[in-house]
Amino acid sequence: MAEIKNYTMNFGPQHPAAHGVLRLVLELDGEVVERADPHIGLLHRATEKLAEHKTFLQNVPYMDRLDYVSMMLNEHAYVMAVEKMAGIEVPLRAQYIRVMFDEITRVLNHLLWLGASALDLGAMSPMFYTFREREALMDAYEAVSGARMHAAYYRPGGVYRDLPDSMPQCEASKIHNAAAVKKLNENRQGSLLDYLEDFTNYFPQRVDEYETLLTDNRIWKQRTVGIGVVSPERALAMGFTGPMLRGSGVVWDLRKKQPYEVYDRIDFDIPVGVEGDCYDRYLVRVEEMRQSNRIIKQCIDWLRQNPGPVMSDNLKYAPPRRESMKQNMEELIHHFKLFSEGFHMPAGEVYSAVEHAKGEFGIYLVSDGANKPYRMKIRAPGFSHLSSLDEMARGHMIADLVAIIGTQDIVFGEIDR
Amino acid sequence: MEAQALELAQSLLAFVGLWDPLKGFIEPAWHTIWTLLKIVAIIVPVMLGVAYYTLAERKVLGFMQVRPGPNRVGYWGLMQPIADGLKLLCKEVIVPTNSNRYLFLSAPVLALAPALAAWAVIPFDDGLVLADVNAGLLYLLAMTSLGVYGVIIAGWSSNSKYAFLGALRSAAQIVSYELAMGFALVCVLLAAQSMNFGDIVRGQSSEYGLFGWFFIPLFPMFVVYFIAGVAETNRSPFDLAEDESVIVAGFHTEYSGMGFAIFFLAEYANMILITALTVVMFMGGWLNPFHGWPLIGGLTDAIPGLFWMLAKMFVFMYVYLWLRATFPRYRYDQLMRLGWKVFIPLTLVWVVVVAAWMQTPWWLW
Repeated sequence: MAEIKNYTMNFGPQHPAAHGVLRLVLELDGEVVERADPHIGLLHRATEKLAEHKTFLQNVPYMDRLDYVSMMLNEHAYVMAVEKMAGIEVPLRAQYIRVMFDEITRVLNHLLWLGASALDLGAMSPMFYTFREREALMDAYEAVSGARMHAAYYRPGGVYRDLPDSMPQCEASKIHNAAAVKKLNENRQGSLLDYLEDFTNYFPQRVDEYETLLTDNRIWKQRTVGIGVVSPERALAMGFTGPMLRGSGVVWDLRKKQPYEVYDRIDFDIPVGVEGDCYDRYLVRVEEMRQSNRIIKQCIDWLRQNPGPVMSDNLKYAPPRRESMKQNMEELIHHFKLFSEGFHMPAGEVYSAVEHAKGEFGIYLVSDGANKPYRMKIRAPGFSHLSSLDEMARGHMIADLVAIIGTQDIVFGEIDR
Repeated sequence: MEAQALELAQSLLAFVGLWDPLKGFIEPAWHTIWTLLKIVAIIVPVMLGVAYYTLAERKVLGFMQVRPGPNRVGYWGLMQPIADGLKLLCKEVIVPTNSNRYLFLSAPVLALAPALAAWAVIPFDDGLVLADVNAGLLYLLAMTSLGVYGVIIAGWSSNSKYAFLGALRSAAQIVSYELAMGFALVCVLLAAQSMNFGDIVRGQSSEYGLFGWFFIPLFPMFVVYFIAGVAETNRSPFDLAEDESVIVAGFHTEYSGMGFAIFFLAEYANMILITALTVVMFMGGWLNPFHGWPLIGGLTDAIPGLFWMLAKMFVFMYVYLWLRATFPRYRYDQLMRLGWKVFIPLTLVWVVVVAAWMQTPWWLW
């Protein structure tokens, strides 16, 4: 009898479903995956080492580039760690702004995930619909920070600036004539809060539209129900967090269990799955988008009624006000020192984590009293999710492997960092 | 028709003074020349149709996905297929090092040739057909089955793992769905009592317009046939042979330039062919859907049959694109399950039902 050998296949790093630069070495028995061996490191940029050579403030933009689809959530974990270490008080308005943008970012992340995982399973249209909504939210990013993705908006002590009173307007071009631009600008006439309120009003219907295409679709269910099942015990043992853990039925959300900023003042629910398969994780994420929408609405209402400072008045860490800088030499010197040498932190170590769109995103920071971190360790949720890929995919077909990679919401920026 | 064309050619050539020198060549070979002219008259519109079907696909998908689609080359993007064709024509044809060179280069030909040859028996209007053969349906089944060789040989000779998986999938898929398709066609044969496509269409003509067409008594077969046709042409949601999120581009992963373009042409020519067959066998071919209806029937009877044929084909071609924009992709084993456990039993049962029904006085078609 002839010797039968398994088929070894390289899946990626150049592959349409590799979500960036995932390289998998697959051992296949026909179409069935016998072993899936993820290889990482193709997007390694040594962020943790670079952080040791940058001041605490200069590290903020590096955080955007970790998980590059949920930028402000990464920043949040980092600035919270710095604030915890230095004991900086953050004004309440800044906390609300942060919570609002955290949820905007969560929606941004889940929209990309929904489009990409539907595309992985062959449904190409949701991608275009979700990008239409992402575009609206990216405009909100742009309005507050000037950048559509890598915002660097959260700063130790608060946020960079208060929310703008007017939205940037679209301009007529070769592609959009004056009439089309007028329509585009209709919801940009008021402040950023008006713009976001308009978004929160139409967004639930848009989520309904995505669900019409997918949730009850027989093919979609055949492709996701019972695929990549993880029991609650295994999910905990493998270090799952976020929607991956909640999809398996474990009620765990840092926003509820260890409330930070103003999450304890806000009314929202945590969706939890039952089966722990790809379909449940899909439902959990879709429901999270609706809950995020609720949180954004509540933040908008509070922010409308409560003006106030958005940056700490602890001038050892926060930059001086611009008006006083124009008049006083001390403040000018102070500004120069803050943005060149940076601030020195008390020696010690701190861990702070946020409920990131993908799970628990944590920053472990060690300071020796200098103006730079002595060591920074990033706890990326995607890393432990990816390391479970072998267990989740074993015995499934190769097309299910793609569904599982999709459901894990892999982004290599944070895994390789 | 043939003799009249010869007279026309004679008078034209005589007008430029070329008839006498060419007479000895043209007269004996006229049958061949005339057939070749007819082939050109079919192939050129089919190829143009394929080119503009790709543009239509991108435009329709664009409108369904809130984006404009190609609109840069020519007015409204109308020159886009020409630009794409030229680009692919100018690109290098890369032959992978360890591939079987001879088979690698012949695979696209094997894919395209049957896709075009099958058009020989399609009637576009009453009598407007290249080869009015009696076993047209058998010829057609034979031709469409040959298409799978192009795919298998392409996948195997590329010596690439993705291409190989794609070829395996495609072979299994096409063979399974061919069965369901064949049984669906047996019902049509029973109903029309002929294998000639012209007779199949004429069998559907009645004084009740579209109520005389076979899609009514054979409705389950009509659905099965069209779905099997989608699977047969490797189109979404059954595009497993080129499942881009799993096996990159499937069987044509290693093809570039014209090699790829020919596979592309074959795929789209097959899609148009499946729509033409669906129309001929279930939707009354060139027949006027309103024939015999009061008022509207009289008004529309003057419209040529070719128009109805093409209009019905456009509807089904649109459905192809609509499916692609809407559905996720089946998994390999689910696709097989659908083919073997749903379609084949259903078609088998319906063959018996139709055969029995035809023995009763309630058979009205």
